[in-house]
Amino acid sequence: MAEVEETLKRIQAHKGVVATMVVNAEGIPIRTTLDNSTTVHYTGLLHQLTMKARSTVRDIDPQNDLTFLRIRSKKHEIMVAPDKEYLLIVIQNPSE
Amino acid sequence: MEIAHVYTRKRSEFGRHCNFSDCPAKVCVDIQPDPSLADNFVLRNPVDACVQHGSEMSEHEANTERVEVESRGVNHVEGGWPRDINPQELEQTSRFRKKVEKEENYVNTITHLGALMEHCVKQNNAIDIYEEYFREEEADEFEDEAPSAKTINVIRDPNVTKRTATHLSWHPDRCKKLAVAYCSLEFQRSAEDMSFDSYIWDLENPNKPELVLKPSSPLVSLEYNPKDSHILVGGCYNGQMAYWDTRKGGLPVEVSTVEASHRDPVYGAIWLQSKTGTECFSASTDGQVLWWDIRKLSEPTEVLILDITRKELLENALGASTLEFEPTMPTKFMVGTEQGIVIACNRKAKTPPEKITSTYSGHHGPVYALARNPFFPKIFLTVGDWTARIWSEETKESSIMWTKYHLCYLTDGCWSTVRPSVFFTTKMDGTLDIWDILFKQNNPSLSLKICDEPLSSLRLQDNGCVVGCGSKLGTITLLEISSGLCTLQRNEKNLANAMFERETKREKILEARHREMRLKERARSEGQGLEAEEMLEESPQDALDRAQKEFFEVIEAELQRRARAEAQQPGSSKVKEHTEEEVVAQGEEGELPKYEGEEEEKDAAKEP
Repeated sequence: MAEVEETLKRIQAHKGVVATMVVNAEGIPIRTTLDNSTTVHYTGLLHQLTMKARSTVRDIDPQNDLTFLRIRSKKHEIMVAPDKEYLLIVIQNPSE
Repeated sequence: MEIAHVYTRKRSEFGRHCNFSDCPAKVCVDIQPDPSLADNFVLRNPVDACVQHGSEMSEHEANTERVEVESRGVNHVEGGWPRDINPQELEQTSRFRKKVEKEENYVNTITHLGALMEHCVKQNNAIDIYEEYFREEEADEFEDEAPSAKTINVIRDPNVTKRTATHLSWHPDRCKKLAVAYCSLEFQRSAEDMSFDSYIWDLENPNKPELVLKPSSPLVSLEYNPKDSHILVGGCYNGQMAYWDTRKGGLPVEVSTVEASHRDPVYGAIWLQSKTGTECFSASTDGQVLWWDIRKLSEPTEVLILDITRKELLENALGASTLEFEPTMPTKFMVGTEQGIVIACNRKAKTPPEKITSTYSGHHGPVYALARNPFFPKIFLTVGDWTARIWSEETKESSIMWTKYHLCYLTDGCWSTVRPSVFFTTKMDGTLDIWDILFKQNNPSLSLKICDEPLSSLRLQDNGCVVGCGSKLGTITLLEISSGLCTLQRNEKNLANAMFERETKREKILEARHREMRLKERARSEGQGLEAEEMLEESPQDALDRAQKEFFEVIEAELQRRARAEAQQPGSSKVKEHTEEEVVAQGEEGELPKYEGEEEEKDAAKEP
């Protein structure tokens, strides 16, 4: 429990990190540092995208799996670390 | 000789099976050889024959049916929660979250993912792998490209009886919407079935207007409120003012009473800069400028009569054909009149006659456009008759720069919002001209034929890259201008300022000189007495003859010049260039002065 808190806090403390979110397999946000509506917006879309990306990777090669998803945009970078049950999403502004 | 075969068959025998049978050959026609024709025979040697070897091509065109696009929305709600949990209930959701956070699997996963994520975050902070090193140098490269513009969209009046697009107004925040006022301005030409509607268009969907504005009389002017983009004010053909709230649909929220409104079409309606953002003012050809507050639109808050003799008589008033207001100078405004005079006014003057501060006359017909330079508000542009003129507030007797007299009327014009030396004009022959006076003064930098019918209105987007041109048949063409014409050039502000100041100075010197000459003339004529004055005066008939002769001389010269230019046209490009130079040299008088070389030198040369 405390270990999780510490990990998330450490990530949030890094330079340029705007937000951290944890999403479960159904797309429900478990933990977030943003307000509810923005979180729901992000998690809903990113959950779908991650699932699509994962199935793409698996379709190409069934032995393969998605390990990480980085989306570079004009404003920031969205990083998604997927696992079986949960997604960890971090938004970072790298130029900050 | 004609050979005719006639076959007849009874109707009752049609459709039966054929019954073939043998029969002997028979002669249908017998042509005997004619020896006299043999004498006419000439042997041709060699024989020319052509053979074409190439596959035959054919061209087909098909106009597919237009796709109707419609935007619709779906409201998504938060989902994914277990069935027994209501996502609206904060208590239930937080309890669920707490439960999840206690699971062992969650803890393990997050610590694992956290390490992975931290690595990436650190990576991002360590080095920017997407950094662009040479961005700035590339930006300078496209300076030399030729000015151009491309049509990005065409919006047509959906009605069968077409009307003129009289006024355009861009949405103040997003440049995706355009409000257009449609009205037939021809005298007594409004047909029975002509619609009164004006439209707000969404550029994403040029097939169907986003909102139909339904006024009681066709709109001549229409303007978005810069403070509240839901509100639009419109001036009607019958002189009434009306305002719309787009949230409340297409019917006007309030309309001014007929008695208290203008008596002629409202050619200009502009929002004022006020705290409430509800005040606007309007001008019409009836010679009045009226101020309004949309909170109480029934009657105007203030009236100004455009009588330049300062007697406030409506019968002396000049009809306003265009209106100008610069938000940075909230008390001042200008009015262009049907008589070609521009009237500068000050709203806050103490007495009504003092409100008219000065007049500028120079056009031979109605002033259709009037705009202050966005960078140098003292400099303004007028469009009327066959010319566009640039004025300085300081010189009242004549404009400081002007274009040559075109062959057809000019209909509208405006300054570029991003470049102080660029302006746009539209013409009756359907061309849009873009002038860059720092680049060349005699001819527009870019002249584009947009349509065959006359263009009637013009409006530039605030970012200066997209211009909308309305035509007499209600077609709005949106053009994107090449980047060279809509990015501020290096040192351009200073150069433009220097040019405007130099021209103002030149006009001032000429003005002083004219005044001096007039004084001298008066002194001399007074000295010589009245007799001499009478001698000088010519009879009206003589004056008429002389004017007629001069006029035909000018026409003759123009025709000759064109014939010559046309004769030389087919030659090489060098010859063409030469002709153009010649034309320029001939047309020099009365056009925008030409500048090359040192400024001081020319200033000295210009001083009379």
